[in-house]
Amino acid sequence: MADVPKPEELAKIDHTPPETPWMETPTVFKDGMWCYGAKPQNLEAVGMPNPREWSPKDEDWKLPDDWKEIVLDGMKDRLGRFRSFKLFMDICVRCGACADKCHYFIGSGDPKNMPVLRAELLRSVYRKNFTLGGKLFKKVAGARDLTMDVFKEWWYYFFQCSECRRCSVFCPYGIDTAEITMMGRELINLLGCNIDWIQAPVANCYRTGNHLGIQPHAYVSMIEFFCDEIEDVTGVRVNPTFNRKGAEILFITPSGDVFADPGTYTAMGYLMLFHYLESMGLDITWSTYASEGGNFGFFTSHEMAKRLNAKMYAEAKRLGVKWILGGECGHMWRVVHQYMDTFNGPPDFLEEPVSPITGTKFEHAKSTKMVHICEFTADLIRHNKLKLDPSRNDNLVVTYHDSCNPSRGMGFFEEPRYIIKNVCNNFYEMPSNTIREETFCCGSGAGLNAGENLELRMRGGFPRANAVKHVHEKHGVNMLACICAIDRAALPTLMDYWVPDVEVTGVHELVGNALILDGEKKRTTDLRGEPLPGMEDIEDEDL
Amino acid sequence: MPTVEYKGKTFNVDEDGFIDSFDNWCPEWVEYVKESEGIQELTEEHWKVIHMLQDYYKKHGIAPMVRILTKVTGFKLKKIYELFPSGPGKGACKMAGLPKPTGCV
Repeated sequence: MADVPKPEELAKIDHTPPETPWMETPTVFKDGMWCYGAKPQNLEAVGMPNPREWSPKDEDWKLPDDWKEIVLDGMKDRLGRFRSFKLFMDICVRCGACADKCHYFIGSGDPKNMPVLRAELLRSVYRKNFTLGGKLFKKVAGARDLTMDVFKEWWYYFFQCSECRRCSVFCPYGIDTAEITMMGRELINLLGCNIDWIQAPVANCYRTGNHLGIQPHAYVSMIEFFCDEIEDVTGVRVNPTFNRKGAEILFITPSGDVFADPGTYTAMGYLMLFHYLESMGLDITWSTYASEGGNFGFFTSHEMAKRLNAKMYAEAKRLGVKWILGGECGHMWRVVHQYMDTFNGPPDFLEEPVSPITGTKFEHAKSTKMVHICEFTADLIRHNKLKLDPSRNDNLVVTYHDSCNPSRGMGFFEEPRYIIKNVCNNFYEMPSNTIREETFCCGSGAGLNAGENLELRMRGGFPRANAVKHVHEKHGVNMLACICAIDRAALPTLMDYWVPDVEVTGVHELVGNALILDGEKKRTTDLRGEPLPGMEDIEDEDL
Repeated sequence: MPTVEYKGKTFNVDEDGFIDSFDNWCPEWVEYVKESEGIQELTEEHWKVIHMLQDYYKKHGIAPMVRILTKVTGFKLKKIYELFPSGPGKGACKMAGLPKPTGCV
């Protein structure tokens, strides 16, 4: 693993393009900017092609002899199947509006990370093989042959795009560059060249239902650990149920929430909320089978995304629930909101979601029958159903990072902010061109949150970190809230690197801190066990 | 897959130097990782962490979350880093022969 340069070194970013035209500028694999290749057993686990020992650093990637034919046939097939792909290959006018919008370009200065040029890596091959102009005029028409160097260049740069779609917001044609990256990655996967940080979770998810490979008994024991921890902090025992047939609602959240800090505190927040609502009529179950909200198949191919997504409806059907509540996850919601219904729906065995507490009909979820927990909680707060003490979060000065997929993938801006403002007293927004639909990626999305590509992650996360630094210095922000498990895994590292005094939280951790449970003891710490300033002295003063 | 030769044993390792399978773990592996991690001497505290990780892995098929590791051993995270400078994952789990966790972690 390559050492990452110090922040002051990394911040010296040179945006001067090379003197040679891009097609003549060779792509050099720089350590720290790429991920390890997929291991054979992880490809075999899901029947993907060309399982073998290989490394992206090797000259020989051990591809089949007819690799070029496989890729071009794959491209032809996808041009026929996906009208968006064909359109996006044809309509770019290279206006450059997207060029400086990509966090990887801002943080690296590498012109091939300009979304327009990253797409051009694929378009050039498209032109050469599928357009008359490209066939006739070749390079003059921006066309080039598919060679091994070109294929490796695709690999390098399509795994330097987090499919965050910020560039698409600025494209006058509405070209969805994430979809171009998705196509690029599909073609790469035809030759078994995924990165292992994506492939291992895919294999795990297929085997055990979640990315981490948590088996059912381990899943239950992890949640029980949280129940013990909640009891330590609040004196209240919560009793979640698992795989319970006949429950009204199935809850599905990313497995990162039950394993990795600080997502684990968000999981405690969910558990406390569900316990609070139990006496008010909430009838909800967790599942050890549909134990993953995320979907690394989505970073692999449409087919793999569909396969891994299938368990959500399958489990809902098996348990006989009425609808599904989903946890704080990022790309899960792009899949749910924009793909699931046609992937594995329509779920005509489910009912239109209605909050059992407030009676609110979630009409927007009429099609998928799946509601985001922030919508659910915001609705509870709106109807005064939660007793909250926001002063228990007074040790925090909070800002909110819009996770790319919920914000740009489903227009999800207000609910998390509404919750935060009701459970915290100190909230400040980052600059307007870095939040909501213009939010900057954490730098590690779309399966790029590995360890070996840390320089890429720190470069890509630089614009986000810079905006956090701004509110940290201006308002004393010390907590970055988000609603994505990759964010919760990736942002602490990013903050340690660029803005060391800021920590990371999920929104429902903040809810858990503020929520007043019946019969609870006086809280002297937050969910992390950190002492709550002032809380320990109140009783003494009363005396 | 790269291999490591150490004291007459051969280990298959991944790019980050994790052993290919827990089944191939042996005390020589601990010695090897100790050297490569630059740990001066293995104390009872090191072994307490290693045994906890291995017991949990045998039972659950996965490494414990960091919070369970710290709670069961009674060592704060800072202490774990003192014992294993590369941290609970890249240091302690590697030495105990556990695989790397992947996903949103």
